[in-house]
Amino acid sequence: MNLSVSSPSNINHQTMTTSQISLRHVSKVFPGRKGWLNKLTGQATSDFLAIDDINLDIEHNTFVSIIGPSGCGKSTLLNIIAGLSSATSGSILMNGQPIAKPGPDRGMVFQNYALMPWMSVEDNIRFAVETVYPKISPKEQSRIVKEHIQLVGLVGAEKKRPNEISGGMRQRVGIARALAINPQILLMDEPFGALDALTRGFLQDEVERIWEQERKTAIMITHSIEEALLLSDRIVMMTRGPAAKIDEILEVPFPRPRDRTTVENHPAYLKLKQEMEEHLYRETRAVEAARLSR
Amino acid sequence: MTIIKEKVAKNNQNNGLLENENVKALLLFLFSLGLFLAFWEIGANLKLFAKGMPTASLTLKELWWWTTNPFFNNGPNDLGIGWNLLISLRRVAIGYTIASIIAVPLGVLIGISKVASKAFNPYFQLLKPVSPLAWLPLGLYMFRDSEITGIFIIAIASIWPTLINTAFGVANVSPDYLDVAKTLGASRLRTIFKVIIPAALPNIISGLRISMGISWLVIVAAEMLLGTGLGYFIWNEWNNLYIPNIIVAIFIIGIVGIVLDQIFAYLEKLVSFGSKA
Repeated sequence: MNLSVSSPSNINHQTMTTSQISLRHVSKVFPGRKGWLNKLTGQATSDFLAIDDINLDIEHNTFVSIIGPSGCGKSTLLNIIAGLSSATSGSILMNGQPIAKPGPDRGMVFQNYALMPWMSVEDNIRFAVETVYPKISPKEQSRIVKEHIQLVGLVGAEKKRPNEISGGMRQRVGIARALAINPQILLMDEPFGALDALTRGFLQDEVERIWEQERKTAIMITHSIEEALLLSDRIVMMTRGPAAKIDEILEVPFPRPRDRTTVENHPAYLKLKQEMEEHLYRETRAVEAARLSR
Repeated sequence: MTIIKEKVAKNNQNNGLLENENVKALLLFLFSLGLFLAFWEIGANLKLFAKGMPTASLTLKELWWWTTNPFFNNGPNDLGIGWNLLISLRRVAIGYTIASIIAVPLGVLIGISKVASKAFNPYFQLLKPVSPLAWLPLGLYMFRDSEITGIFIIAIASIWPTLINTAFGVANVSPDYLDVAKTLGASRLRTIFKVIIPAALPNIISGLRISMGISWLVIVAAEMLLGTGLGYFIWNEWNNLYIPNIIVAIFIIGIVGIVLDQIFAYLEKLVSFGSKA
């Protein structure tokens, strides 16, 4: 399996030689409850190997999706890259430097938006900007906030609180907040998972539009094949957990900028979709079978 | 379409004054109040209740007199109810403020650390159910001063709900908010002041609301033993065996309690921001 294929959107030759994120033999074990006390009370559990020996290289300015059956450790992998969780073994390098803790060089978009309900749309974004760039003038901070509100199309909703806007709008705020700190990498954990189908499609188009403008390296966890095909340059397919591995990495050849119709009419679309469906059905069926036999 | 419109119009017509839920409730309230007062008046006149039980009309007359002449001062045993109310409110304000100033920061500190919340929880759980009046002899012994003892009782009674609620709120801040702060690389102090405390604010305010309720409950009982204040007013009228004034005082204590509670209900609403987002 060739892991270091350069992406079609990679223009800069300097950056082609080194990958931005590099995972080597990354495993994560969630320790079980041990010790005599737990054994005595019958609460002892064994260790759980979530992901096993993951090797992955992500080049600059590529959009990578990670797809796999539920419970396969996709989110674990993303949390490790974000620095919110640490790997049990293996090395995680970003621009050649090991990742030890979370930092503003990685912007995170959360599945359930994670907006502060006591802050307005504007203040949620401003909080991120102020935290990351405390030294720049308030005027400049306001400019950044305004610019990103415009970018995600939320002009007019600046003063509203999260509970006053729809789920789709909340996730726009989430995306604006992640981008406003000007991260090198955008991490998205099932960003459209909590949205209804129509809003979801609409927001996918928006993310495609925004990504064409920003061209940041992006890693997205998803369950949706169509979503992955519309947005990504590469799709990482993971096997079922426990001990989830990378099964295959697909290159998505569609030209950019993309839109739904041209992507779906591309000659390679159906074949890629079929391949992914087969993979996901196979893995999901195996997960169900494992559950039944337990 | 037209049929639906007609139906809506018909419904709106029927939604006259008598159909409104609030108007109905008000009418029922006034009706039951009238019934209660009539029962009281007739029962008292027919001597159905305890001997010397005042009539409703006498009690209302006294209520009118006390509320229209709240501020007079003929010595400690003949003080206008307005002065007594202010004395009680002042004690509550001082004791409650002291308690809150201690309880909120301590609650935050305890809530932040899982170990601390588990380690100190037994103290709070033990002291919370103790009746504040049990502290009275201890307070009098320690301070040798009834005024300070009163404030001490209020403080010791109202510290626990705020402390426990604050610690609970801080310990249960959604991990999502903390993850946001972490991914932004926010400092510990910034996370506490900008994320943890605002997120815990609904819990803190409901703790403060419970504490205020308890303070107001306790002050009346404590003052019966301390002299001056609404509690002493009741005690004094008991010694005079003048029941109407006791009923007047009960009514006024209730009204003030409602006002204090509503202030906190409003604050709670202010910090809830609807559902979580």
